[in-house]
Amino acid sequence: MAKIEEYIPLVGQAVIDDLKLLGQRLDKKVVQHINSTPVGGGVAEILNRMVPLLIELGVDTKWDVIKGGEQFFGVTKKFHNALHGRNEDIVKRDFEIFMETSQQNIKDLNVYGDIVFIHDPQPIVLVNKKADNKWLWRCHVDVSSPNEKVWRFLMDFISKYDSAVFSAPSFSRKLPIRQFLIPPSIDPLSDKNKDLPQEVIDAVLRKYDLKKDKPMITQISRFDRLKDPVGVIEAYLQVKKYTNCQLVLAGGSADDDPQGAKVLAEVKEKAKQDPDIHILLLSQNDIEVNALQRASDVIIQKSIREGFGLTVAEALWKGKPVVASNVGGIPLQIKHKYSGLLCHSVQGASFAIKQLLSSPAYANKLGENGREHIKNNFLITRHLRDYMLLFLSLYHPEDVVYLN
Amino acid sequence: MPELIKAKEPFNFCTRLHLSELTGLRASTLGQFLTLIKEVPGSCIYHHTHRFLQQHQYLSPEPPNDFAFWITDILGEDELGERLISIDTIQYSNISALRQVIVSTIEDYLIANPLAKIKFARSGEEFHFIKSVSFILPTNYRAYDLGEFIEILEKVTIDSIYFHIFESRLRLEKKTNDFSFWIENSIGDKILADKISSFDPYTYTLDNLRYKIIQEVKKIIL
Repeated sequence: MAKIEEYIPLVGQAVIDDLKLLGQRLDKKVVQHINSTPVGGGVAEILNRMVPLLIELGVDTKWDVIKGGEQFFGVTKKFHNALHGRNEDIVKRDFEIFMETSQQNIKDLNVYGDIVFIHDPQPIVLVNKKADNKWLWRCHVDVSSPNEKVWRFLMDFISKYDSAVFSAPSFSRKLPIRQFLIPPSIDPLSDKNKDLPQEVIDAVLRKYDLKKDKPMITQISRFDRLKDPVGVIEAYLQVKKYTNCQLVLAGGSADDDPQGAKVLAEVKEKAKQDPDIHILLLSQNDIEVNALQRASDVIIQKSIREGFGLTVAEALWKGKPVVASNVGGIPLQIKHKYSGLLCHSVQGASFAIKQLLSSPAYANKLGENGREHIKNNFLITRHLRDYMLLFLSLYHPEDVVYLN
Repeated sequence: MPELIKAKEPFNFCTRLHLSELTGLRASTLGQFLTLIKEVPGSCIYHHTHRFLQQHQYLSPEPPNDFAFWITDILGEDELGERLISIDTIQYSNISALRQVIVSTIEDYLIANPLAKIKFARSGEEFHFIKSVSFILPTNYRAYDLGEFIEILEKVTIDSIYFHIFESRLRLEKKTNDFSFWIENSIGDKILADKISSFDPYTYTLDNLRYKIIQEVKKIIL
């Protein structure tokens, strides 16, 4: 795991000095993160990187995970989809299952933080244990048009927190508590984002029988309907009529994602018609993800809804041209025609991919601009700073805070 | 090199870090936008007119304030967008004066172009009002003369430069930027102080501004 000093060549000494100044002001506080899974998905990935760095900066940081069975995660997956605005048949029993597991977690999980930082809806009920400590709720989900039944249910708990955190302005709505905008980030020194030697990239291409001399379009995502893998195949088939290219759909599955296998089966069925479509199940293999992104000519992220879409930041950091849906946090990362191309449909996606494949100089320029934007706004050092400011904001309600 | 004047008081470099606080307030039409511009906290006006300075430190086509960008790109009211971009922020010494000029610019435009009031932003493209929460921290850097001053200025973060030039003048309502104030009152060089306060900092990137100030100080001490 990278040490904080290793980021100096990328972001400069002064940025790291500022982080240390903030860390000193939190040295008496214990921050306890709580989420639903230690691996898989963006939340666990960010916490795995951030927790050691916060500790190194002097913030006493812990991370605990709630427990839940298949039924509970089945319900939370439905909640997740419903919050993203999908039609889900949510019945009274679902809420009961959610509450039963939550009560068990309230009983079993030791809450000891001066600041308790809850991630996503799964552990949200723990706030019922609130004493005189501070509680934060971090929503990683796109809740711009949520299922109102689920949202109202969650609001009973959200209103008990001190502050909420969202990844994009469009996710905010009037709340009785303070709410902050903190987009997530990528770690430029992680296996998923660090520079790779060409031979490592070539080895991954050989392993998966991918052609080095054929343009490669890639979507890295869990096999989830909200990522629209079937739509990606349809867009690719449109492009294939004009350019002989290959498509890679690569992703793993998270412990809290029971629908993944079903979607994967549908995608495999759809992919049967073209031998240049490669469905790759990469179980937490970050080096391989990194290599696939670096070997790609175009990266696509055709999500229907997106909490933030960190795969976009990962691709842009590697200087790759990206075609992505104009949803969730993606427009924060891509300014259309400047640092990537935004689309709203299968047709739009295929048109954008065709444009990039036939104009490599334009594609390169978009990739270069994208990398600069990520460097300035979406690296983990900015995220560490925002989190420490967020913790401090719990003790300072004013708009201009002097920290002497 | 002439002997450097010791400052009566050292210059203590601070840095300013910020968090974006969401308000949940959004506008879909120019009418709603105008109503909210009049009501939102001053911290919102500050955020949307200054965010670009810290977030876009590289060549970017993004116009230098969020209001103008939304009105031009989303509502398609190019002329009003241009008028808002052209507001000379340096002429205003506090946020309420800046808010007033934004309000009157929009009101004047709507009188001449009443149909602009009914244009809608499509779903997902509404204007979201955000507040800027500033955290001001002293750094370990302290200058006792102009030589030390430029030596430190070369290495502090752009956030520090931002704070001493922009935030302290407009948001904290000091009459001038902190650098000019110190140079005039602690070093006693009013000419250099006036020279630095005569720059329009909104027309530079922060790194260019850093370079420009260092050049002016070097002319005096080297």
